[in-house]
Formats: sequence, structure tokens, C-alpha cells
Amino acid sequence: MPASATGGAVSPKVELRNVDLRYFGLEGETEALKGISLSVAAGEFVAIIGQSGCGKSTLLSLISGILTPTEGRVLVDGKPVTGPTRKVGYMLQQDYLFEWRTILENAVLGAEIQGANMTKARARAAALLTKYGLGQFLHYLPRQLSGGMRQRVALARTLCTEPDVVLLDEPFSALDSQTRLALADEVTEILRREGKTVILVTHDIGEAISMAERVVVLSRRPGQVKSDHPIRFATPNGHRPAPFAARNAPEFNRYFNTLWQELEVHVEG
Amino acid sequence: MSKADSAAVAGASPQYREWLRRERRGRLAVRATQLALLLVFLVLWEVLPKAHIVNPTLTSYPSALWPTFLELLKATSREASILTHTGSTVLATVLGFTAAMVLGTAIAAALWWWNSLYKVLDPYLVVANAMPKTAFVPIFYIWLGATMSIYGMSLAISLFITILMIYSGFQGIDPNKVKLAQTFGASKGQILMKVVLPGSVPTFIAALKVNAGLSLVGVVVGEFQSASLGLGYLIQYGSQIFKMNIVMTAITVLAVFSSVMYLAISWLEAAVMRRR
Repeated sequence: MPASATGGAVSPKVELRNVDLRYFGLEGETEALKGISLSVAAGEFVAIIGQSGCGKSTLLSLISGILTPTEGRVLVDGKPVTGPTRKVGYMLQQDYLFEWRTILENAVLGAEIQGANMTKARARAAALLTKYGLGQFLHYLPRQLSGGMRQRVALARTLCTEPDVVLLDEPFSALDSQTRLALADEVTEILRREGKTVILVTHDIGEAISMAERVVVLSRRPGQVKSDHPIRFATPNGHRPAPFAARNAPEFNRYFNTLWQELEVHVEG
Repeated sequence: MSKADSAAVAGASPQYREWLRRERRGRLAVRATQLALLLVFLVLWEVLPKAHIVNPTLTSYPSALWPTFLELLKATSREASILTHTGSTVLATVLGFTAAMVLGTAIAAALWWWNSLYKVLDPYLVVANAMPKTAFVPIFYIWLGATMSIYGMSLAISLFITILMIYSGFQGIDPNKVKLAQTFGASKGQILMKVVLPGSVPTFIAALKVNAGLSLVGVVVGEFQSASLGLGYLIQYGSQIFKMNIVMTAITVLAVFSSVMYLAISWLEAAVMRRR
């Protein structure tokens, strides 16, 4: 199942057309997202930034099929999303490892739910975990691992089902700043090498610029697409620098200032 | 415990050794005080009636219990052995709390599955839980007969609190864990089996602690009314012929059984919690 065998005229891997999402409550309707149109090409790494409460996570829930839009269409590979599929993997803000399962059992959770071949899934999960430096912890329990290690298990759990599209919802927000920077490098490298289409949601401007090749800014609630910035770094070899190195590139600060102004950050409370 | 101590002491600093010694002394002091309390109680119970400060026919005394117990061990043509009585009470209690756990979990799962069912039944469950179930002992006797009424009371007294506890445990499962399962396309049944039930194991243990004790209450009260067997019957019988020795012996056996249940559940809890 190649990601986009269509070739030629690039049809977007993920597309949102005029998507509205409203939450209903007895006190009234809340508009979370309004008129969102966005397309992401296969293999692209896009970051979506916006202030907390602007509907960033809602956007990912729509693409993953957990939520259905109130209006508009969400397409993956040109087909409307009607529910969660194997094509899309979703990594949540925290690892949410099940404390009663071992690391390996946690990593195969998705495969287990999807009714995949468990022998293969276990082998794949073990290989992924070993690659992430967790080879000797396969039969440990989550509480015996550090935050960074746990988040690597969560990544293995997401990738074990072999999705084409990976959604990352502030995947490092629960980690301390050193682990965060190190893991950003690691995760970006892994996802790029595997050619995944990635949509990262974050409120951390630096994280967005350093990891993604495109940054989309969402306005305050109701979230609307405010601007869309390609992120380019001039490097001698033409390759994109790793996130940590990108933070030292001269372009980084320029992008940072532009995005900072667009976000209209006001200190609240 | 002691293995961990000796492992830790190798190459430990003197301060740490001192700390460990004080820890151990603290643990011993607690045990010693517990034992002393029990001893004081037994001695007072022995001495006060013998000195005629309290009426011995009302309280009996510990040294009289062992001979009474030995006497009750023998089955006569009119009376079963105390072992048979105990077995009957134990069986009814175990059946009662097992049924309460199984039924309570099933009903809590149904309430979780159909939220509107919970919304409808919520006030009735709370009232049913608050009702003094022992008020139904005579009615159960008429409805269910001698033996089944005891099982019925044992179940009734522990069922509603079990439902409420387990349901609230289900509600306490982190919604993000459920969301995680949903991102993989989990069905409702999979969410129940892979997230909600395994995540509620601590709740099951807590519910078991409560309803094992309650079931025993239900059994004994049921036996007061209807049985010709069981420790509750023995208590009733002993008090009718004014033999406090029999009553106190039966109560002591109940205390021992309660302790055994407590130990068994603690052991189960430790075994289960080692996994998390």
C-alpha cells in the first residue's frame, strides 16, 4: 500500500475543506473551528500552532476520525473520513500507557484492537522499541520507566500499526526541557526517515519551526487558518538540519519573530 | 521485608543503618501494641466476671470458651457440630459476596454501556443502597424459604454498594485512555474489555473488602431468622437457652473467620498490585 501511487499531479494526503466544528451544550453552542481549509501533501511535515483553546487538538481529532465535522469535509487519500482507520496514527499529549501492561504489551495495543496478526505485531513492536533504545525493557512495567522512555513507547505504539499519517498532539509537553529537545530530534528523524506524513500540533513556536517544513497559524477561538509559512533553512548540503541544530540557524529567529507577532501573544492571568 | 533490609544494609552508611533500625523498631512497636491491646481485652474479659464485678452469666469468659468449643465440636442427634455450623456460614458468605461481585460488575458494566440507563436508575440505586436490607429478613424468609433467604440476604446487603462502587470506578477511568483506544478504532466492547475492566482492578479489590464484610452480616442476620444451621443460628439458640458460653464461642469463631477473610483479601490485593 504505497502512500500515494497516483504520482504526477499531487493529490493531497490529508485535506480539510471548509470544516466547521461546533460543540453543543445546554448553555449553547461553542464554535471550536470555523472554515478550516488545509491540505497536506504525502510525506510533508506540517506544524499547526495557536494558543491554547484555539481548537488545535480538535483539528487532529477530526483528521483521526474520532470527531466528525459539523460542516465541511475531511479527506484522507481523497476519501472522506468516517471513523478511525489504520492509515492515521495519533499520538496524544501524554503517553497514557496502561500501567497493568508491560512495555511490549502497551506497544502492541493498537495492533491488538485492530485485530492484526499478533505474532508479527509483537515482532515489529519489539524491533521498534529496540531501535528506540528500550530493548532491555520490553517486559518492564510503565512505572519503571522515565518520562522520555515512556513517550518513546507511545511512539512505538503509534508506529506499530504502520500508519501513513502521524498526528502529534503536543507530544513533548509533559517532558522536561532537556528530554524534550533530545526527543524532538529523535522523533523527527524517525518520522522523516520513514517518509510519514506528519501533522504536529503545538503552542511552542520553537518546536514548530525546528521540526516542521511548514507552519500553519490558527487564530483564537473559533480557530481559523490565519497564515501558512514554509520554513526553509539554507544549509551547505541542502539537507534540512535536525531540530536542535535548526534552533541555531540564522533563519530561526526571523521565523520566530514573524510567528510570535502572528500569534498575538498576550500574557493572561 | 527482612530480605530487603539485609540487602540494603550491605555497604550502607551508619546513618542509614540507624534509620533502618529505627524503622524496624517502629514496626515492632506497632505489632507489640496491637498484641497488648488484645491481651488486655482478654484479661479484663476473664478477670471482671470471675471477680463478680460483672455478671458472668451475661458475658461468659475466655477460659470457658475452649471447653465449650470442644463440646460443640461433637455432633449429637439434636445438634450439628460447630464445624458444620461454621461451614454453612462460610459457604453462604462466600456465595453472597461472589454473587455480589459478579452481578455488581455486570450491572455496573450495563450502566456504563447505556448511560441513559444509569440516569434513569441512579436515584433508585442510591435509595436501595440506603435502605436497611435487614428489614427484609422476615419477608425473604417467607418468599425464599430457610436456606435461600440467607443467600438472598447475603447478596442483597452487599449488591447495591458493589454496583455503586464499581460504577464510580468505571467513571474514574482516565478519559484519555479511552480516547487512546478510540484512536485505534476500538469498539465499545473493546474499550470495556481492554481499558475499563483492567483499569478497575483496584476498585474491584476495594469493593471486595466492603462487600465481604457486609455479606457476613447478611448471612448472620438471615440465620437469626430462619436457619437450623450456621453460626447465626447458634448465637440465637445459645441466647434462648441462656448459655452465654455458646454465644461467645460462636462470636469468637465469627471473629476468626472475619480475620481470615481480611488476610485473604490483603494477600490478593498485594498479589494484584505487584503488577502495577
